[in-house]
Amino acid sequence: MALNAKIPEGPLKDKWQNYLAKTHIVNPANRKKLDIIVVGGGLSGGGAAASLAELGYNVKVFFFQDSARRSHSVAAQGGVNAAKNYKNDGDNVYRMFYDTIKGGDFRSREANVYRMSEVSVDLIDHMVAQGVPFGREYSGYLSNRSFGGVLVSRTFYARGQTGQQLLMATYQAMMKQVKVGTLKQYKRHEILDIVIVNGKARGIIARDLDTGKIERHAAHAVVFGTGGFGKIFYLSTLAMNSNGSANWRAHKKGAYFANPSWTQIHPTALPQAGEHQSKLTLMSESLRNDGRIWVPKKKDETRAPGDIPDEDRDYYLERRYPAFGNLVPRDVASRAAKERMDAGHGVGPLKNAVYLDFKTAIEKLGVDTIRERYGNLFTMYEKITAINAYKEPMKISPAAHFSMGGLWVDYELQTSIPGLFAVGEANFADHGANRLGANSLLQASVDGNFILPNTISNYLSNEIRAGKISTDTPEFEEAEKAVKEQVEKLLAIKGTMPVDKIHRRLGKIMFKEVAMSRNEKGLKWAIEEIKKLRKEFWENVAVSGDQNGPNSELEKAGRLADYLEIAELMAVDALNRKESCGAHFREDFQTEDGEAMRDDKNFMYSSAWEWENGDNWKLHKEPLEFTEVKPTVRSYK
Amino acid sequence: MKLTLKIWRQENAKTKGKMVTYEMSDLSQDMSFLEMLDVLNQSLAIKGERVIEFDHDCREGICGQCSLVINGQAHGPESHYTTCQTHLRSFKDGDTLYIEPFRANSFPVIRDLKVDRSSMDKIIQAGGYISSFTGMAPEANAIPIHHDIAESAFDSAACIGCGACVATCKNSSAALFVSAKISHLAKLPQGKVEREERVQWMINAHDEEGFGSCTNTGACAMVCPQEVQLIDITRMNFEYNRALCHSKE
Repeated sequence: MALNAKIPEGPLKDKWQNYLAKTHIVNPANRKKLDIIVVGGGLSGGGAAASLAELGYNVKVFFFQDSARRSHSVAAQGGVNAAKNYKNDGDNVYRMFYDTIKGGDFRSREANVYRMSEVSVDLIDHMVAQGVPFGREYSGYLSNRSFGGVLVSRTFYARGQTGQQLLMATYQAMMKQVKVGTLKQYKRHEILDIVIVNGKARGIIARDLDTGKIERHAAHAVVFGTGGFGKIFYLSTLAMNSNGSANWRAHKKGAYFANPSWTQIHPTALPQAGEHQSKLTLMSESLRNDGRIWVPKKKDETRAPGDIPDEDRDYYLERRYPAFGNLVPRDVASRAAKERMDAGHGVGPLKNAVYLDFKTAIEKLGVDTIRERYGNLFTMYEKITAINAYKEPMKISPAAHFSMGGLWVDYELQTSIPGLFAVGEANFADHGANRLGANSLLQASVDGNFILPNTISNYLSNEIRAGKISTDTPEFEEAEKAVKEQVEKLLAIKGTMPVDKIHRRLGKIMFKEVAMSRNEKGLKWAIEEIKKLRKEFWENVAVSGDQNGPNSELEKAGRLADYLEIAELMAVDALNRKESCGAHFREDFQTEDGEAMRDDKNFMYSSAWEWENGDNWKLHKEPLEFTEVKPTVRSYK
Repeated sequence: MKLTLKIWRQENAKTKGKMVTYEMSDLSQDMSFLEMLDVLNQSLAIKGERVIEFDHDCREGICGQCSLVINGQAHGPESHYTTCQTHLRSFKDGDTLYIEPFRANSFPVIRDLKVDRSSMDKIIQAGGYISSFTGMAPEANAIPIHHDIAESAFDSAACIGCGACVATCKNSSAALFVSAKISHLAKLPQGKVEREERVQWMINAHDEEGFGSCTNTGACAMVCPQEVQLIDITRMNFEYNRALCHSKE
């Protein structure tokens, strides 16, 4: 199938309005005859579920948590961007669009990015109306802060819990529709496959995680708001149960996977403390507004951070990037930290961290201001590390965080399977090769609340005569059978390797060769290691218990089985792209001073991979055309 | 370090549960409490034994999915922590720990340490929202909200819905949880339109779901990971009485 991004006609700034003017919509009386399955109850999935239910469609929403309020959007801390220009600092939709395109190193789809910036303005209105207690000035008007990669203040925030507050608003909107009866929730359900009938997505196979029952659910369209797959690194900022399985199953049924290797490694997470560790807690990027990042100039520095005078400190971001300083984008900050640590300047017992220091800010602004801005983050830091960051600098380290890649979607957010849509982090187009801070909450929310409800109707307007979709068909039968077989296969292995141990090993391979810095030799090595590990998994994984009830080991094993395949595609994608762009840094393609070297002549495209039986993929290229901006060397110096 | 764990094992809500003892050694003080359970589960999985089911997800104290009562305290010994933020440095080498699920009639056990907290969702469904549809909203800065009101609304809105307040309350009341949502929305101008219906619907749902009444002991606020304040319960009572006085009937 040839890729058709379906970008509307007209100048960039008019495309979305032109689309809205011409798209087909569904008569309110017909909406209640149409069933939609939404997978994922977070900001994107939940926003879609609530908004579609408000329109009168019959919506079923599935999520593995025990309440949609626990979806991982909850953990986003710093904020959400919008081009409101409340600060009178020269912000506007175009500037936000340009910052995002540049932040993504000219590897995102122009029309999508412009639309996201355009709709950002409505999103803040929407979230305020839903009761989000955003931070405010003493005048009573909304307050803003700045985030990495931009020169204006366009980030709206609710202390360091912005994701939680936006998610609560979305969750409450969902609960309102549950009460009305247009939305039905299936909690503690995991999606194990998608069902295609006559080339269209017509339903899913889900497992009830409490009873173990395998269920069939049919609909006229399926929406994935399934998030990212950064947990593939095992140690990451993601939730323990975040996974890539739904996306991967869809991929194996025909959905193209775009730019899978572009993972954002977040510069400010807590460093790993030991082998037992299960999670790297994120410390919001907003901390870089007031915190200064440094390492000791001396390699084997033994003094406590407070005893090291300024002349013996290397504020390496301020030194290398004077224009943006501590607020360079995440990929740049992470790579710079890695460079210093590799050169032997890392701090902490494992030498795997750098300092994030608030001394200057506390002296200038006072401890109370810092507490109001970041209090909960300092508390969280102290709970985990037993260190008071008002008194000594935080120790931070890069950690796997966000998947810029995901299911390939067109302008309507439809995947290459008709009837299957992907919203939020699960899709790809908006962030290019590097996502800017506070654009994640934005993209998830606008996809779910404002974009999808307007694009899915174009598809559903052709479905009004389809009638109820039956689950009693050979396609459902076959999909269910395959799912059951896999569950039985996993339980029958009875090996000696716990799931977590294999996952940890996969994570090590990925973090070593498919993370911040890549090269051809390392990627080829990674592919071989992943294949070996996959074989070992299927021969020797230890999954105890049975399938007739809750079995967390079985859940984890199923997710890891998919990760072991996703990992290979990530390495294949990274190997194919012989250039450096954003988070994808190829050591074999860098400038003399160690900056990324893009190759616009040969790689100005998004890679969309098609699954071919076995472990083979076919590459489709979606050329990226820039009509409004001229791709330049991305410099933050 | 070494610890003796006495962990509640229960097949499902209909069967009886019991404490089972597990000896743990070679533990590190820097390990989180749940990482210790990970290690224990790995050893059970290798032996082919059913693992201990427990709830967890974000492991950074914000999703509210983790639970557990450790030595009689919801979310463990440190005040205002979640279980996932609890580390082994909070215990002494050789300690015996009793690990149980959140216990309340409204939280039936699913298996072992996992409980069903759907009852809390049902309270929110009853009225814990603002009935604004996507697309309806006016310009965000049209309604100024005093800085301190917004901050105070945030303090209530910060609730993570974990249910530790219920597990701690001798009456298994969810008053702190309900009052946090009522206060959050009643403090904001956007939420004031529906304040009277909301408080009545939510309190009725709270009682229908089998939660007990509040007798102002205050144990809930002592354990709340988000430090939701007891005064929210006072605000809830005020809102309830106000609603009765303002009844449109």
